[in-house]
Amino acid sequence: MKLINRRNVLKIGGAAAALPLIGSHAFAQKDKVKAAFVLIGTPDDNGWNYGHDLGRIQMLEALGDDRVETTVVTNVAEGPDSERVFRELAQQGNDIIFGTSFGYGDAMLKVAKQFPDVKFEWATGYKTSENLSIYNARFHEGRSVLGTIAGMMSKTGIGAYIGSFPIPEVVMGINAFHLAARKANPDFITKVVYIDSWNDPAKESDAARALIDQGVDIITQHTDGPAALQVAQERGIIGGFGQGADMSAFAPDAHLTSIIDIWSPYYIKAVKSLLDGNWKEGGSWEGLKGGEVVIGDYNKKIPADVVAAAEAVRTGIIDGSVHPFAGPITDNKGTLRVEEGDVIDDGEFWGVDWYAQGVEA
Amino acid sequence: MNIDLTIAIIITMIGASTPLLLAALGELVVEKSGVLNLGVEGMMLTGAVVGFAVTYTTGNPWLGIVAAAIAGMAASMIFAFLTLSLSSNQVATGLALTIFGTGFSSLFGQPYTGKPIQLFKSIFPDYLTDHPILRVFFGYSPLVYFSLFMVFAVWWFLQKTRAGLILRAVGENDFSAHSIGYSVLGVRYGAVAFGGAMAGIAGSCFPLILTPQWVEGLTGGRGWIALALVVFSAWKPTRLLAGAYLFGLIATMELYAKAAGGAFRILPSEIWASLPYLATIIVLVLISIRRSANSSAPACLGKPFIPSN
Amino acid sequence: MLFQLEKKLEPSKFMLIITPIAAVFLTMFLGALIFTILGYDGLGAVKEIFLTPIINSLKWQDLAVKAAPLIIIGVGLSIGYRANVWNIGAEGQYIVGGLAATGVALLTHDMSGWWLLPLMAIAGILGGMAWVFIPALLRTKLKVNEILTTLMLTYVAVQLLNFLIFGPWKSPTAYGQPQTVLFNDSQILPYIIKGTIVQAGAPIAIIIAIIAWLFMSRSVFGFAVKTVGTAPNAARYGGFSANKTIWITLLIGGGLAGLAGMLEVAGPFNRMVPQFPTGYGFTAIIVAFLGRLHPIGVMIAGIVLAITFVGGEVAQTTIGLPNAAVGLFQALMLFLLLASDVLIRYNIKRVRVKKA
Repeated sequence: MKLINRRNVLKIGGAAAALPLIGSHAFAQKDKVKAAFVLIGTPDDNGWNYGHDLGRIQMLEALGDDRVETTVVTNVAEGPDSERVFRELAQQGNDIIFGTSFGYGDAMLKVAKQFPDVKFEWATGYKTSENLSIYNARFHEGRSVLGTIAGMMSKTGIGAYIGSFPIPEVVMGINAFHLAARKANPDFITKVVYIDSWNDPAKESDAARALIDQGVDIITQHTDGPAALQVAQERGIIGGFGQGADMSAFAPDAHLTSIIDIWSPYYIKAVKSLLDGNWKEGGSWEGLKGGEVVIGDYNKKIPADVVAAAEAVRTGIIDGSVHPFAGPITDNKGTLRVEEGDVIDDGEFWGVDWYAQGVEA
Repeated sequence: MNIDLTIAIIITMIGASTPLLLAALGELVVEKSGVLNLGVEGMMLTGAVVGFAVTYTTGNPWLGIVAAAIAGMAASMIFAFLTLSLSSNQVATGLALTIFGTGFSSLFGQPYTGKPIQLFKSIFPDYLTDHPILRVFFGYSPLVYFSLFMVFAVWWFLQKTRAGLILRAVGENDFSAHSIGYSVLGVRYGAVAFGGAMAGIAGSCFPLILTPQWVEGLTGGRGWIALALVVFSAWKPTRLLAGAYLFGLIATMELYAKAAGGAFRILPSEIWASLPYLATIIVLVLISIRRSANSSAPACLGKPFIPSN
Repeated sequence: MLFQLEKKLEPSKFMLIITPIAAVFLTMFLGALIFTILGYDGLGAVKEIFLTPIINSLKWQDLAVKAAPLIIIGVGLSIGYRANVWNIGAEGQYIVGGLAATGVALLTHDMSGWWLLPLMAIAGILGGMAWVFIPALLRTKLKVNEILTTLMLTYVAVQLLNFLIFGPWKSPTAYGQPQTVLFNDSQILPYIIKGTIVQAGAPIAIIIAIIAWLFMSRSVFGFAVKTVGTAPNAARYGGFSANKTIWITLLIGGGLAGLAGMLEVAGPFNRMVPQFPTGYGFTAIIVAFLGRLHPIGVMIAGIVLAITFVGGEVAQTTIGLPNAAVGLFQALMLFLLLASDVLIRYNIKRVRVKKA
């Protein structure tokens, strides 16, 4: 039995010797870039993962497959399993690896340390390192547009926001939506339900039904699929919004418009920087202006004045005249959080742990 | 709470309870015959994916349900062959079936992920299904009425027919049944097949009634709740009905509580979510304390039967 | 009936060892067939899943990291299964063990020293034991079936994890994400082989397997366990208390699962996150069976299953095989193994149907 012990140890020792030597090379231009994408679900979710895969495909088209080669790994669970996938991809010689979920961060940071020549890109992350950058999109800007529509079209004045987890990105999405709705309807109420998952259609449907039974007639969701929209269609309420992609196929009447994630501008930029040899550690946070957040087609049934108002908000955010979080903002406990004339800027964004007045969470 | 909200809660609750009821009814019959099939979750997923695929391809939900039943039955036959003809360990085989069903459904469902289908709605006319009060009775998918019918059917079968008596005898004392001349393995094969079909139909409830799409793992662990439910009901179909609706109510209340906010939030949602499981343990304890002959497990549950010469 | 099962006088030792090996090979064969039918590269899939992890030396460290918890939990479960005590809730005990270790880590976060890790380990073991305590009590006092009680508590454990992570244990510095703070340096398992990611879990797993083997084969208790499992009446006659055996085997199973939880949270994870329940507790059940409930067999089976996991991830990145395929392979292995079980204990005899 001791023999097995030693043999195992020897094998592992041999593996250690076989590891690629960790050294640094000069950073040069590349002829062809191998890019890998790690998805937490599959591209057919019609939402988050679909958006990233679409971005990859558009990036390939833009740069040409003689200069870029891509690999996609789907359904990678967060945690140590993802660490193995990232390491495997790095070992396979990928030059840049995109991890498209917050939960991949720990794994990516670890693997990035072991492979300093490979570039890592962490979507929705918050920490960078020498060879790891973060990138995000200003979804909340899209929420302001949706909120405008909701505020103007809701008959009951009660909207719903189905969230995944109470993280800043979601909290600010709620606030953006609600504040915009209140501009149209000063008494608008937003009910919030967290389903504790990015993808649990059954729970999402049940949550949607429960909310509709409480008088909600406009729903939006911060999850990865169209389940809530389908319930909206089934129950015949005024409507809901697509998240991450155009979901009108699932709910032709209920689908008012959608926030579409367009990642290709960033993917093109990232891969191109490798081709040109000037990749830099940093953080990217584009929105409507940078083309990363796009509002989908408006449903024909939306009245013209509502469309006009929504468009005004959209173009206003792009040219800077409208800010999603402009004061005065009071939270739902009555404290004034943002003065008149002040805004919540990028730095403060991540620290917000309160909801605007009228949000029931 | 006004009447509208009450009715809405009832309707949602019944929708959530139906797959539990169907799967648990099937497993009840299986366990009454002395077999413990832990593979309910796997069979449900198999039924769900096949039911969805067939409904999506043919556009006919009835065909989908039949296909789901057949798929569940086929999966259960793997289990049956291993445990009945080859006398393998029932616990391990059941677990293997769950893992198999999960993997199979994920693979099989890959091309169907994200494709929409129509909900399997009630077949009653619109004025009944949309009526604010009457929809409590008429607004459901045929699967719901089917499940209620099956509660009665299973009860009647077990208590009032000779075949049911034989099945119960096989579960309580297999050697005696064998010596009288009944085919223990034959009866158990039939029971397991029935359980598989019911689990398959239960699985199809998810894509056909609750969320009209397919994603991996759609059943979300409800198969394990169904297993708990069988024990919770002390192997009686009528108690199973009450238990299923109770569990469905707890699950529904969790979400309504969140949606309603305010006073409902005194309990953290994790406690709501734990309730079905804790309740089952409590019931198990109560059954064991009272130890009445009616409400204990079939004596041969889980033991393999080898006819000796 | 054309075939009948006739119990052998003694379980065949030859079959005992051959059948798991045969099951693995048959799985490779059948798996390749099934996948080719489904439209994937069947042979490629089998090669990537089963061979690459063994051949590619870079993967050996992944095998070690993945196999360690499976072996530790599997050994614990196998002891109980020998005694016919069916602990199905190892996943829950694993989670609670991890939580207990996390709790200690959070309490001592400002401290440092070599004693932190052993303290966390003890907490992990006690946590796992605590979680199996109620099923053990119910089984011995009220004869409540432990399959269901341990299983139900697994789900409660998940809820407990969520409650703690979303609530009192949430890190104040992670932008509201549900996770605890990162453990400090004294609380993270050291890498025992420089340049690799192998942590203390791997050698601990080996040591535990060896101790368990010696224990089960040489001690009176080991003998008691086996007797209680196969011949409970004889056991009672021989003076072995069934209840005591049930307690001890369940506590061992729970404790080892809890230890595995601590090793995982202090090792690969370095903090508690909602994704902590990775299903090791359930996979370990397969490992226990594949290893024929023998500690050394469990060790080998753990490595085999680790190979399928690691190989599955390789196959995902190279030939695009969906992750679900791995589950299918594992289930197939278990089915074939269970089917072949019959050859060990029974002879298959042809029975001529008598004509009346």
